[in-house]
Amino acid sequence: MTTSTSGALGRFQNAFAHALFAPETESAPEVRAFAAQPAFAVYRNTVMKGCIDALQANCPAVTRLVGDEWFRAAAAVYARDNLPRRPSLMLYGASFPEFLERFEPAAGLPYLPGVARLDRLWTEAHAAPNENAVDPGAVARLAPEVLAGIVLRPHAAARWAWFPELPIYTIWSRNRGDNASPADLDWKAEGALLVRPRDTVEWIEIDAAGCAFLDTCAEGGTLSDAAHAALEARSDADLAGLMVTLLGAGAFGSMTADSGSRAVESAQ
Amino acid sequence: MTTILTAGLSLKPQHYDAALACPADGLWFEMHPENYMVDGGPRLAWLETIRARHAISLHGVALSLAADAGPEPRHLARLAELVRRIEPDLVSEHLAWSAWRGAYHPDLLPFPRTSEALARIAGNVSRTQDVLQRRIAVENPSHYLRLDGHAWGEIDFVTELSRRTGCSLLLDVNNVYVGARNLGYSAEDYIDAFPAGLVMEIHLAGHTADPRLGAALLIDSHDAPVAAPVWSLYERLIRRIGPRPTLIERDDNLPDFEALFAERQRAEAVLHTPLARAA
Repeated sequence: MTTSTSGALGRFQNAFAHALFAPETESAPEVRAFAAQPAFAVYRNTVMKGCIDALQANCPAVTRLVGDEWFRAAAAVYARDNLPRRPSLMLYGASFPEFLERFEPAAGLPYLPGVARLDRLWTEAHAAPNENAVDPGAVARLAPEVLAGIVLRPHAAARWAWFPELPIYTIWSRNRGDNASPADLDWKAEGALLVRPRDTVEWIEIDAAGCAFLDTCAEGGTLSDAAHAALEARSDADLAGLMVTLLGAGAFGSMTADSGSRAVESAQ
Repeated sequence: MTTILTAGLSLKPQHYDAALACPADGLWFEMHPENYMVDGGPRLAWLETIRARHAISLHGVALSLAADAGPEPRHLARLAELVRRIEPDLVSEHLAWSAWRGAYHPDLLPFPRTSEALARIAGNVSRTQDVLQRRIAVENPSHYLRLDGHAWGEIDFVTELSRRTGCSLLLDVNNVYVGARNLGYSAEDYIDAFPAGLVMEIHLAGHTADPRLGAALLIDSHDAPVAAPVWSLYERLIRRIGPRPTLIERDDNLPDFEALFAERQRAEAVLHTPLARAA
Protein backbone atom coordinates (compact mmCIF):
# COMPACT_ATOMS: atom_id res chain seq x y z
CA MET A 1 0.00 0.00 0.00
CA THR A 2 1.36 3.43 -0.87
CA THR A 3 1.10 6.21 1.63
CA SER A 4 1.06 9.71 0.27
CA THR A 5 2.39 12.58 2.29
CA SER A 6 1.29 15.28 -0.10
CA GLY A 7 -1.90 16.02 1.85
CA ALA A 8 -3.83 16.86 -1.31
CA LEU A 9 -6.92 15.13 0.08
CA GLY A 10 -6.80 17.20 3.26
CA ARG A 11 -6.32 20.42 1.31
CA PHE A 12 -9.29 19.52 -0.86
CA GLN A 13 -11.41 18.94 2.23
CA ASN A 14 -10.33 22.23 3.84
CA ALA A 15 -11.33 24.08 0.69
CA PHE A 16 -14.58 22.19 0.19
CA ALA A 17 -15.72 22.63 3.79
CA HIS A 18 -14.92 26.34 3.55
CA ALA A 19 -16.80 26.72 0.28
CA LEU A 20 -19.96 25.14 1.74
CA PHE A 21 -20.57 28.27 3.80
CA ALA A 22 -18.60 30.90 1.94
CA PRO A 23 -20.31 33.39 -0.37
CA GLU A 24 -20.07 32.08 -3.94
CA THR A 25 -17.72 34.90 -4.88
CA GLU A 26 -15.27 34.17 -2.07
CA SER A 27 -14.53 30.49 -2.63
CA ALA A 28 -10.94 29.38 -2.22
CA PRO A 29 -9.01 29.01 -5.51
CA GLU A 30 -8.83 25.20 -5.15
CA VAL A 31 -12.60 24.92 -5.18
CA ARG A 32 -13.51 27.63 -7.66
CA ALA A 33 -13.58 25.09 -10.50
CA PHE A 34 -16.44 23.17 -8.96
CA ALA A 35 -17.97 25.69 -6.52
CA ALA A 36 -18.94 27.68 -9.59
CA GLN A 37 -20.89 24.69 -10.94
CA PRO A 38 -24.63 25.01 -10.20
CA ALA A 39 -24.54 21.47 -8.77
CA PHE A 40 -22.40 22.66 -5.86
CA ALA A 41 -25.61 24.11 -4.42
CA VAL A 42 -26.81 20.54 -3.84
CA TYR A 43 -24.13 20.12 -1.17
CA ARG A 44 -24.72 23.55 0.34
CA ASN A 45 -28.45 22.85 0.53
CA THR A 46 -28.15 19.30 1.82
CA VAL A 47 -25.75 20.20 4.63
CA MET A 48 -27.98 23.08 5.69
CA LYS A 49 -31.17 21.02 5.41
CA GLY A 50 -29.61 18.25 7.51
CA CYS A 51 -28.81 20.71 10.30
CA ILE A 52 -32.17 22.47 10.15
CA ASP A 53 -34.18 19.22 10.03
CA ALA A 54 -32.28 17.86 13.04
CA LEU A 55 -32.78 21.05 15.04
CA GLN A 56 -36.46 21.21 14.15
CA ALA A 57 -36.97 17.59 15.17
CA ASN A 58 -35.51 18.50 18.56
CA CYS A 59 -37.63 21.66 18.99
CA PRO A 60 -41.30 20.79 18.38
CA ALA A 61 -42.71 23.29 20.90
CA VAL A 62 -40.60 26.17 19.60
CA THR A 63 -41.64 25.26 16.04
CA ARG A 64 -45.29 25.20 16.99
CA LEU A 65 -45.03 28.64 18.59
CA VAL A 66 -43.23 30.39 15.74
CA GLY A 67 -44.25 28.32 12.71
CA ASP A 68 -42.18 26.34 10.23
CA GLU A 69 -40.93 29.23 8.16
CA TRP A 70 -39.70 31.36 11.08
CA PHE A 71 -38.13 28.36 12.78
CA ARG A 72 -36.23 27.20 9.71
CA ALA A 73 -34.94 30.70 9.01
CA ALA A 74 -33.68 30.99 12.60
CA ALA A 75 -32.22 27.47 12.47
CA ALA A 76 -30.28 28.36 9.31
CA VAL A 77 -28.67 31.33 11.09
CA TYR A 78 -27.85 29.09 14.06
CA ALA A 79 -26.44 26.24 11.95
CA ARG A 80 -24.13 28.51 10.00
CA ASP A 81 -22.16 29.30 13.18
CA ASN A 82 -22.88 26.10 15.09
CA LEU A 83 -22.26 23.10 12.88
CA PRO A 84 -22.83 19.77 14.63
CA ARG A 85 -19.77 18.63 16.55
CA ARG A 86 -20.91 15.03 16.71
CA PRO A 87 -21.93 12.70 13.88
CA SER A 88 -25.15 11.76 15.63
CA LEU A 89 -27.64 14.60 15.26
CA MET A 90 -30.06 13.44 17.91
CA LEU A 91 -28.54 15.76 20.50
CA TYR A 92 -27.79 18.62 18.08
CA GLY A 93 -28.64 22.12 19.26
CA ALA A 94 -27.41 22.25 22.86
CA SER A 95 -26.69 25.98 22.55
CA PHE A 96 -29.87 26.87 20.63
CA PRO A 97 -31.68 28.29 23.73
CA GLU A 98 -28.76 30.68 24.38
CA PHE A 99 -28.70 31.56 20.68
CA LEU A 100 -32.39 32.55 20.87
CA GLU A 101 -31.67 34.85 23.82
CA ARG A 102 -29.37 36.88 21.59
CA PHE A 103 -31.36 36.47 18.35
CA GLU A 104 -32.72 39.90 17.46
CA PRO A 105 -35.89 38.70 15.64
CA ALA A 106 -36.88 36.77 18.80
CA ALA A 107 -36.65 39.85 21.03
CA GLY A 108 -40.43 40.18 21.15
CA LEU A 109 -40.87 36.56 22.28
CA PRO A 110 -39.20 36.55 25.72
CA TYR A 111 -40.52 33.06 26.52
CA LEU A 112 -38.91 31.44 23.46
CA PRO A 113 -35.45 30.64 24.95
CA GLY A 114 -37.12 28.99 27.95
CA VAL A 115 -39.39 26.92 25.73
CA ALA A 116 -36.32 25.90 23.69
CA ARG A 117 -34.62 24.90 26.94
CA LEU A 118 -37.50 22.58 27.85
CA ASP A 119 -37.47 21.09 24.34
CA ARG A 120 -33.77 20.45 24.94
CA LEU A 121 -34.35 18.86 28.35
CA TRP A 122 -36.97 16.58 26.75
CA THR A 123 -34.39 15.43 24.17
CA GLU A 124 -31.84 14.74 26.92
CA ALA A 125 -34.38 12.84 29.03
CA HIS A 126 -35.44 10.79 26.00
CA ALA A 127 -31.88 9.64 25.25
CA ALA A 128 -30.67 9.19 28.83
CA PRO A 129 -29.59 5.79 30.23
CA ASN A 130 -32.25 3.40 31.47
CA GLU A 131 -32.57 3.21 35.22
CA ASN A 132 -35.16 2.01 37.71
CA ALA A 133 -36.62 4.83 39.77
CA VAL A 134 -36.37 4.66 43.56
CA ASP A 135 -39.50 3.04 44.98
CA PRO A 136 -41.38 5.61 47.10
CA GLY A 137 -42.28 2.81 49.51
CA ALA A 138 -38.60 2.17 50.24
CA VAL A 139 -38.21 5.75 51.45
CA ALA A 140 -41.44 5.63 53.43
CA ARG A 141 -40.22 2.56 55.31
CA LEU A 142 -37.07 4.28 56.60
CA ALA A 143 -36.85 5.17 60.28
CA PRO A 144 -37.13 8.96 60.81
CA GLU A 145 -33.59 9.15 62.28
CA VAL A 146 -32.17 7.53 59.13
CA LEU A 147 -34.23 9.60 56.71
CA ALA A 148 -32.48 12.96 57.26
CA GLY A 149 -29.10 11.48 56.34
CA ILE A 150 -29.93 9.68 53.14
CA VAL A 151 -28.74 10.91 49.75
CA LEU A 152 -31.19 10.69 46.88
CA ARG A 153 -29.46 10.86 43.50
CA PRO A 154 -31.62 12.24 40.70
CA HIS A 155 -32.66 9.69 38.07
CA ALA A 156 -30.39 9.54 35.00
CA ALA A 157 -33.24 10.89 32.85
CA ALA A 158 -34.54 13.53 35.30
CA ARG A 159 -34.19 17.14 34.14
CA TRP A 160 -35.60 20.22 35.79
CA ALA A 161 -35.52 23.99 35.39
CA TRP A 162 -36.85 27.01 37.26
CA PHE A 163 -38.11 30.01 35.32
CA PRO A 164 -38.35 32.91 37.76
CA GLU A 165 -40.12 35.34 35.45
CA LEU A 166 -42.40 33.62 33.00
CA PRO A 167 -44.87 30.70 32.86
CA ILE A 168 -42.54 28.74 30.60
CA TYR A 169 -43.79 25.35 31.78
CA THR A 170 -47.39 26.14 30.86
CA ILE A 171 -46.44 27.62 27.47
CA TRP A 172 -44.18 24.68 26.67
CA SER A 173 -46.55 21.92 27.79
CA ARG A 174 -49.43 23.47 25.84
CA ASN A 175 -47.30 23.37 22.71
CA ARG A 176 -45.96 19.89 23.18
CA GLY A 177 -48.32 17.12 22.19
CA ASP A 178 -51.97 17.57 21.30
CA ASN A 179 -53.24 19.14 24.47
CA ALA A 180 -53.15 22.79 23.50
CA SER A 181 -55.48 24.61 25.83
CA PRO A 182 -57.05 27.97 25.04
CA ALA A 183 -57.18 28.89 28.73
CA ASP A 184 -55.69 32.23 29.75
CA LEU A 185 -52.10 32.27 30.88
CA ASP A 186 -51.27 33.17 34.45
CA TRP A 187 -48.07 35.19 34.04
CA LYS A 188 -46.11 33.77 36.98
CA ALA A 189 -42.85 32.03 37.73
CA GLU A 190 -42.86 28.28 37.06
CA GLY A 191 -40.62 25.25 37.29
CA ALA A 192 -40.64 22.06 35.25
CA LEU A 193 -39.57 18.50 35.97
CA LEU A 194 -39.13 16.01 33.14
CA VAL A 195 -38.70 12.35 33.97
CA ARG A 196 -38.53 9.06 32.11
CA PRO A 197 -39.02 6.38 34.76
CA ARG A 198 -39.94 3.90 31.99
CA ASP A 199 -40.13 4.35 28.20
CA THR A 200 -41.96 7.65 27.97
CA VAL A 201 -40.83 11.13 28.90
CA GLU A 202 -43.33 12.65 31.35
CA TRP A 203 -43.46 16.12 32.87
CA ILE A 204 -44.98 17.93 35.81
CA GLU A 205 -44.87 21.45 37.15
CA ILE A 206 -42.75 21.95 40.25
CA ASP A 207 -42.14 25.07 42.30
CA ALA A 208 -38.96 26.88 43.37
CA ALA A 209 -38.72 24.61 46.44
CA GLY A 210 -38.80 21.49 44.24
CA CYS A 211 -36.08 22.83 41.95
CA ALA A 212 -33.86 23.80 44.91
CA PHE A 213 -34.44 20.38 46.46
CA LEU A 214 -33.37 18.62 43.24
CA ASP A 215 -30.38 20.93 42.75
CA THR A 216 -29.11 19.96 46.20
CA CYS A 217 -29.70 16.26 45.56
CA ALA A 218 -27.74 16.57 42.30
CA GLU A 219 -24.83 18.07 44.23
CA GLY A 220 -24.81 15.04 46.53
CA GLY A 221 -26.48 16.74 49.51
CA THR A 222 -28.42 14.77 52.10
CA LEU A 223 -32.17 14.85 52.41
CA SER A 224 -31.69 17.28 55.29
CA ASP A 225 -29.57 19.59 53.10
CA ALA A 226 -32.14 19.38 50.32
CA ALA A 227 -34.97 20.21 52.72
CA HIS A 228 -33.11 23.28 53.95
CA ALA A 229 -32.50 24.44 50.38
CA ALA A 230 -36.19 23.96 49.59
CA LEU A 231 -37.23 26.06 52.60
CA GLU A 232 -34.72 28.72 51.65
CA ALA A 233 -36.24 28.93 48.18
CA ARG A 234 -39.74 29.02 49.59
CA SER A 235 -40.33 29.41 53.32
CA ASP A 236 -43.85 27.92 53.12
CA ALA A 237 -42.68 24.82 51.20
CA ASP A 238 -44.67 21.64 51.93
CA LEU A 239 -41.74 19.26 52.32
CA ALA A 240 -43.80 16.10 52.79
CA GLY A 241 -45.92 16.92 49.76
CA LEU A 242 -42.80 17.73 47.76
CA MET A 243 -41.23 14.34 48.59
CA VAL A 244 -44.41 12.53 47.58
CA THR A 245 -44.51 14.42 44.28
CA LEU A 246 -40.85 13.88 43.38
CA LEU A 247 -40.71 10.22 44.43
CA GLY A 248 -44.06 9.54 42.75
CA ALA A 249 -42.78 11.07 39.50
CA GLY A 250 -39.71 8.82 39.52
CA ALA A 251 -37.24 11.66 39.94
CA PHE A 252 -34.61 9.62 41.79
CA GLY A 253 -32.36 6.84 40.60
CA SER A 254 -30.73 5.70 43.83
CA MET A 255 -30.84 6.16 47.57
CA THR A 256 -27.73 5.81 49.70
CA ALA A 257 -26.69 6.53 53.26
CA ASP A 258 -24.83 9.77 54.00
CA SER A 259 -21.42 8.16 53.52
CA GLY A 260 -22.40 7.56 49.92
CA SER A 261 -21.14 4.01 50.12
CA ARG A 262 -23.95 2.06 51.73
CA ALA A 263 -27.05 1.39 49.66
CA VAL A 264 -29.98 1.91 52.00
CA GLU A 265 -32.50 0.50 49.57
CA SER A 266 -30.74 -2.80 49.12
CA ALA A 267 -30.44 -3.13 52.90
CA GLN A 268 -34.23 -3.21 53.27
CA MET B 1 -21.51 -13.23 3.01
CA THR B 2 -25.00 -12.75 4.24
CA THR B 3 -27.75 -15.32 4.11
CA ILE B 4 -30.42 -12.69 3.34
CA LEU B 5 -31.57 -12.89 -0.26
CA THR B 6 -34.77 -10.92 0.09
CA ALA B 7 -35.94 -7.32 -0.09
CA GLY B 8 -36.06 -4.99 2.90
CA LEU B 9 -37.16 -1.50 3.87
CA SER B 10 -35.70 1.57 5.51
CA LEU B 11 -37.32 1.90 8.91
CA LYS B 12 -38.25 5.23 10.46
CA PRO B 13 -39.94 5.79 13.84
CA GLN B 14 -43.25 6.69 12.14
CA HIS B 15 -43.47 3.11 10.84
CA TYR B 16 -42.39 1.18 13.93
CA ASP B 17 -45.85 -0.19 14.73
CA ALA B 18 -46.69 -1.14 11.14
CA ALA B 19 -43.27 -2.77 10.74
CA LEU B 20 -43.72 -4.86 13.86
CA ALA B 21 -47.17 -5.97 12.74
CA CYS B 22 -46.06 -6.92 9.20
CA PRO B 23 -45.88 -10.70 8.88
CA ALA B 24 -44.07 -10.89 5.50
CA ASP B 25 -41.48 -13.63 5.20
CA GLY B 26 -37.93 -12.47 4.76
CA LEU B 27 -38.76 -8.82 5.40
CA TRP B 28 -35.72 -7.07 6.84
CA PHE B 29 -35.13 -3.51 7.95
CA GLU B 30 -32.32 -1.02 7.60
CA MET B 31 -31.61 1.85 9.97
CA HIS B 32 -29.02 4.57 10.33
CA PRO B 33 -27.04 3.60 13.44
CA GLU B 34 -26.50 7.30 14.24
CA ASN B 35 -30.19 7.50 15.18
CA TYR B 36 -29.71 4.85 17.85
CA MET B 37 -26.49 6.09 19.44
CA VAL B 38 -28.14 6.92 22.75
CA ASP B 39 -27.41 5.75 26.28
CA GLY B 40 -30.89 4.31 26.72
CA GLY B 41 -34.56 5.01 26.24
CA PRO B 42 -37.35 4.02 23.90
CA ARG B 43 -35.37 4.19 20.65
CA LEU B 44 -32.99 1.43 21.65
CA ALA B 45 -35.86 -0.58 23.07
CA TRP B 46 -37.66 -0.34 19.72
CA LEU B 47 -34.60 -1.41 17.79
CA GLU B 48 -34.19 -4.44 20.01
CA THR B 49 -37.86 -5.33 19.61
CA ILE B 50 -37.60 -5.15 15.82
CA ARG B 51 -34.33 -7.07 15.93
CA ALA B 52 -36.00 -9.90 17.81
CA ARG B 53 -38.34 -10.48 14.85
CA HIS B 54 -36.47 -9.40 11.72
CA ALA B 55 -33.05 -9.34 10.13
CA ILE B 56 -31.42 -5.90 10.50
CA SER B 57 -28.97 -3.87 8.46
CA LEU B 58 -27.12 -0.93 10.01
CA HIS B 59 -26.33 1.62 7.31
CA GLY B 60 -24.02 4.32 8.61
CA VAL B 61 -23.95 7.84 7.21
CA ALA B 62 -21.37 9.52 9.43
CA LEU B 63 -18.17 7.49 9.61
CA SER B 64 -16.61 9.82 7.03
CA LEU B 65 -14.41 7.11 5.52
CA ALA B 66 -13.09 9.39 2.78
CA ALA B 67 -11.89 12.15 5.12
CA ASP B 68 -8.13 12.63 5.32
CA ALA B 69 -8.36 11.60 8.97
CA GLY B 70 -9.12 8.44 10.88
CA PRO B 71 -12.69 7.59 11.92
CA GLU B 72 -13.68 9.67 14.97
CA PRO B 73 -12.81 7.29 17.85
CA ARG B 74 -15.88 7.93 20.02
CA HIS B 75 -18.20 7.55 17.05
CA LEU B 76 -16.54 4.31 15.99
CA ALA B 77 -16.72 3.02 19.56
CA ARG B 78 -20.44 3.81 19.76
CA LEU B 79 -20.99 2.08 16.43
CA ALA B 80 -19.12 -0.98 17.71
CA GLU B 81 -21.23 -0.96 20.87
CA LEU B 82 -24.43 -0.85 18.81
CA VAL B 83 -23.20 -3.63 16.51
CA ARG B 84 -22.41 -5.81 19.54
CA ARG B 85 -25.80 -5.09 21.01
CA ILE B 86 -27.94 -5.56 17.89
CA GLU B 87 -25.85 -8.12 16.00
CA PRO B 88 -27.03 -6.84 12.60
CA ASP B 89 -26.93 -9.07 9.56
CA LEU B 90 -25.38 -6.33 7.44
CA VAL B 91 -23.26 -3.27 8.20
CA SER B 92 -22.49 -0.66 5.56
CA GLU B 93 -21.09 2.84 5.08
CA HIS B 94 -20.47 5.32 2.28
CA LEU B 95 -17.58 6.18 0.01
CA ALA B 96 -17.74 9.81 1.13
CA TRP B 97 -16.73 12.20 3.88
CA SER B 98 -18.76 14.35 6.26
CA ALA B 99 -16.67 14.96 9.38
CA TRP B 100 -13.76 17.34 9.04
CA ARG B 101 -11.73 19.17 11.67
CA GLY B 102 -14.25 18.77 14.45
CA ALA B 103 -17.33 19.75 12.44
CA TYR B 104 -19.88 17.32 11.08
CA HIS B 105 -21.49 18.17 7.73
CA PRO B 106 -24.68 16.13 7.39
CA ASP B 107 -24.16 15.08 3.78
CA LEU B 108 -22.06 12.62 1.76
CA LEU B 109 -19.34 14.81 0.31
CA PRO B 110 -17.21 13.96 -2.77
CA PHE B 111 -13.45 13.69 -3.25
CA PRO B 112 -11.01 13.14 -6.12
CA ARG B 113 -10.32 9.42 -6.55
CA THR B 114 -6.54 9.52 -6.19
CA SER B 115 -4.09 6.90 -4.94
CA GLU B 116 -3.66 9.06 -1.85
CA ALA B 117 -7.41 8.93 -1.19
CA LEU B 118 -7.47 5.19 -1.83
CA ALA B 119 -4.71 4.58 0.71
CA ARG B 120 -6.44 6.75 3.30
CA ILE B 121 -9.87 5.18 2.74
CA ALA B 122 -8.44 1.66 2.78
CA GLY B 123 -6.84 2.45 6.14
CA ASN B 124 -10.13 3.80 7.45
CA VAL B 125 -12.12 0.80 6.23
CA SER B 126 -9.58 -1.60 7.76
CA ARG B 127 -9.65 0.30 11.06
CA THR B 128 -13.46 0.16 11.06
CA GLN B 129 -13.54 -3.56 10.28
CA ASP B 130 -10.96 -4.22 13.02
CA VAL B 131 -12.98 -2.36 15.63
CA LEU B 132 -16.33 -3.82 14.53
CA GLN B 133 -14.72 -7.23 14.09
CA ARG B 134 -16.65 -7.77 10.88
CA ARG B 135 -16.66 -7.03 7.20
CA ILE B 136 -18.52 -3.92 6.06
CA ALA B 137 -19.98 -3.00 2.69
CA VAL B 138 -19.02 0.35 1.14
CA GLU B 139 -21.56 2.19 -1.02
CA ASN B 140 -20.92 3.93 -4.34
CA PRO B 141 -21.83 7.65 -4.08
CA SER B 142 -24.14 9.87 -6.09
CA HIS B 143 -22.35 12.41 -8.25
CA TYR B 144 -23.28 16.00 -8.97
CA LEU B 145 -19.98 17.76 -9.63
CA ARG B 146 -17.29 17.39 -12.22
CA LEU B 147 -14.19 17.14 -10.05
CA ASP B 148 -10.70 17.59 -11.40
CA GLY B 149 -8.03 15.16 -10.42
CA HIS B 150 -9.68 11.74 -10.57
CA ALA B 151 -6.84 9.28 -11.16
CA TRP B 152 -9.05 6.20 -10.84
CA GLY B 153 -12.33 5.17 -12.38
CA GLU B 154 -14.90 4.49 -9.70
CA ILE B 155 -15.30 0.78 -10.34
CA ASP B 156 -11.55 0.21 -10.36
CA PHE B 157 -11.30 2.28 -7.19
CA VAL B 158 -13.88 0.29 -5.20
CA THR B 159 -12.58 -3.02 -6.55
CA GLU B 160 -9.06 -2.13 -5.36
CA LEU B 161 -10.50 -0.92 -2.03
CA SER B 162 -12.11 -4.33 -1.58
CA ARG B 163 -8.89 -6.12 -2.57
CA ARG B 164 -6.88 -4.17 0.02
CA THR B 165 -9.36 -4.37 2.90
CA GLY B 166 -11.59 -7.36 2.24
CA CYS B 167 -14.65 -5.09 2.40
CA SER B 168 -17.63 -5.84 0.21
CA LEU B 169 -19.67 -3.35 -1.78
CA LEU B 170 -23.12 -1.88 -1.57
CA LEU B 171 -24.36 -1.03 -5.05
CA ASP B 172 -26.87 1.81 -5.00
CA VAL B 173 -28.57 1.62 -8.39
CA ASN B 174 -30.25 5.01 -7.99
CA ASN B 175 -26.86 6.61 -7.28
CA VAL B 176 -25.56 5.08 -10.50
CA TYR B 177 -28.52 6.46 -12.44
CA VAL B 178 -28.31 9.93 -10.87
CA GLY B 179 -24.54 10.17 -11.38
CA ALA B 180 -24.76 8.91 -14.96
CA ARG B 181 -27.43 11.46 -15.82
CA ASN B 182 -25.65 14.34 -14.08
CA LEU B 183 -22.15 13.63 -15.42
CA GLY B 184 -23.07 12.04 -18.74
CA TYR B 185 -21.83 8.47 -18.55
CA SER B 186 -23.70 5.24 -19.26
CA ALA B 187 -25.56 3.80 -16.26
CA GLU B 188 -25.95 0.50 -18.14
CA ASP B 189 -22.20 0.20 -18.70
CA TYR B 190 -21.55 0.94 -15.03
CA ILE B 191 -24.09 -1.65 -13.85
CA ASP B 192 -22.69 -4.22 -16.30
CA ALA B 193 -19.10 -3.65 -15.18
CA PHE B 194 -19.68 -3.66 -11.43
CA PRO B 195 -17.91 -6.67 -9.84
CA ALA B 196 -20.73 -9.15 -9.16
CA GLY B 197 -18.87 -11.15 -6.55
CA LEU B 198 -18.35 -8.13 -4.29
CA VAL B 199 -21.99 -6.97 -4.11
CA MET B 200 -23.27 -7.66 -0.59
CA GLU B 201 -26.32 -5.41 -0.80
CA ILE B 202 -28.28 -3.34 -3.30
CA HIS B 203 -30.08 -0.03 -2.70
CA LEU B 204 -33.03 1.31 -4.66
CA ALA B 205 -34.28 4.83 -3.95
CA GLY B 206 -36.13 7.73 -5.50
CA HIS B 207 -34.64 10.93 -6.86
CA THR B 208 -35.98 14.34 -7.80
CA ALA B 209 -35.11 16.92 -10.42
CA ASP B 210 -33.44 20.09 -9.13
CA PRO B 211 -36.07 22.80 -8.62
CA ARG B 212 -34.03 25.31 -10.65
CA LEU B 213 -32.21 23.21 -13.22
CA GLY B 214 -34.83 20.54 -13.78
CA ALA B 215 -33.81 17.23 -15.34
CA ALA B 216 -30.29 18.56 -16.03
CA LEU B 217 -29.53 17.96 -12.35
CA LEU B 218 -31.04 14.96 -10.57
CA ILE B 219 -30.81 14.88 -6.80
CA ASP B 220 -30.53 11.64 -4.83
CA SER B 221 -33.24 12.82 -2.45
CA HIS B 222 -34.68 9.55 -1.09
CA ASP B 223 -38.05 11.29 -0.93
CA ALA B 224 -39.92 9.66 -3.82
CA PRO B 225 -40.76 6.18 -5.14
CA VAL B 226 -38.08 4.33 -7.10
CA ALA B 227 -38.15 5.64 -10.70
CA ALA B 228 -38.87 3.45 -13.75
CA PRO B 229 -35.35 3.62 -15.26
CA VAL B 230 -33.87 2.60 -11.91
CA TRP B 231 -36.16 -0.44 -11.82
CA SER B 232 -34.94 -1.34 -15.32
CA LEU B 233 -31.30 -1.08 -14.25
CA TYR B 234 -32.07 -3.19 -11.20
CA GLU B 235 -33.69 -5.94 -13.28
CA ARG B 236 -30.70 -5.86 -15.60
CA LEU B 237 -28.34 -6.20 -12.63
CA ILE B 238 -30.23 -9.08 -10.99
CA ARG B 239 -30.39 -10.98 -14.28
CA ARG B 240 -26.59 -10.81 -14.36
CA ILE B 241 -25.56 -11.32 -10.74
CA GLY B 242 -28.47 -13.19 -9.17
CA PRO B 243 -30.42 -12.28 -6.03
CA ARG B 244 -28.83 -10.02 -3.39
CA PRO B 245 -30.40 -8.34 -0.38
CA THR B 246 -32.17 -5.30 -1.82
CA LEU B 247 -33.33 -2.27 0.11
CA ILE B 248 -36.09 0.18 -0.74
CA GLU B 249 -34.49 3.25 0.74
CA ARG B 250 -36.69 6.13 1.83
CA ASP B 251 -35.62 8.89 4.20
CA ASP B 252 -37.92 11.82 3.54
CA ASN B 253 -41.49 12.63 2.50
CA LEU B 254 -42.49 9.27 3.99
CA PRO B 255 -45.59 7.62 2.56
CA ASP B 256 -47.58 5.13 4.62
CA PHE B 257 -46.01 1.78 5.31
CA GLU B 258 -48.21 -0.01 2.76
CA ALA B 259 -46.89 2.13 -0.09
CA LEU B 260 -43.29 1.32 0.83
CA PHE B 261 -44.17 -2.32 1.30
CA ALA B 262 -45.63 -2.43 -2.24
CA GLU B 263 -42.26 -1.24 -3.60
CA ARG B 264 -40.56 -3.88 -1.50
CA GLN B 265 -42.83 -6.53 -3.01
CA ARG B 266 -41.88 -5.37 -6.49
CA ALA B 267 -38.17 -5.84 -5.67
CA GLU B 268 -39.01 -9.20 -4.13
CA ALA B 269 -40.68 -10.24 -7.39
CA VAL B 270 -37.57 -9.28 -9.36
CA LEU B 271 -35.38 -11.27 -6.97
CA HIS B 272 -37.56 -14.34 -7.43
CA THR B 273 -37.86 -14.36 -11.20
CA PRO B 274 -36.45 -17.55 -12.70
CA LEU B 275 -33.85 -15.46 -14.54
CA ALA B 276 -32.33 -14.25 -11.27
CA ARG B 277 -29.72 -16.94 -10.85
CA ALA B 278 -26.70 -16.79 -8.64
CA ALA B 279 -23.71 -15.65 -10.62
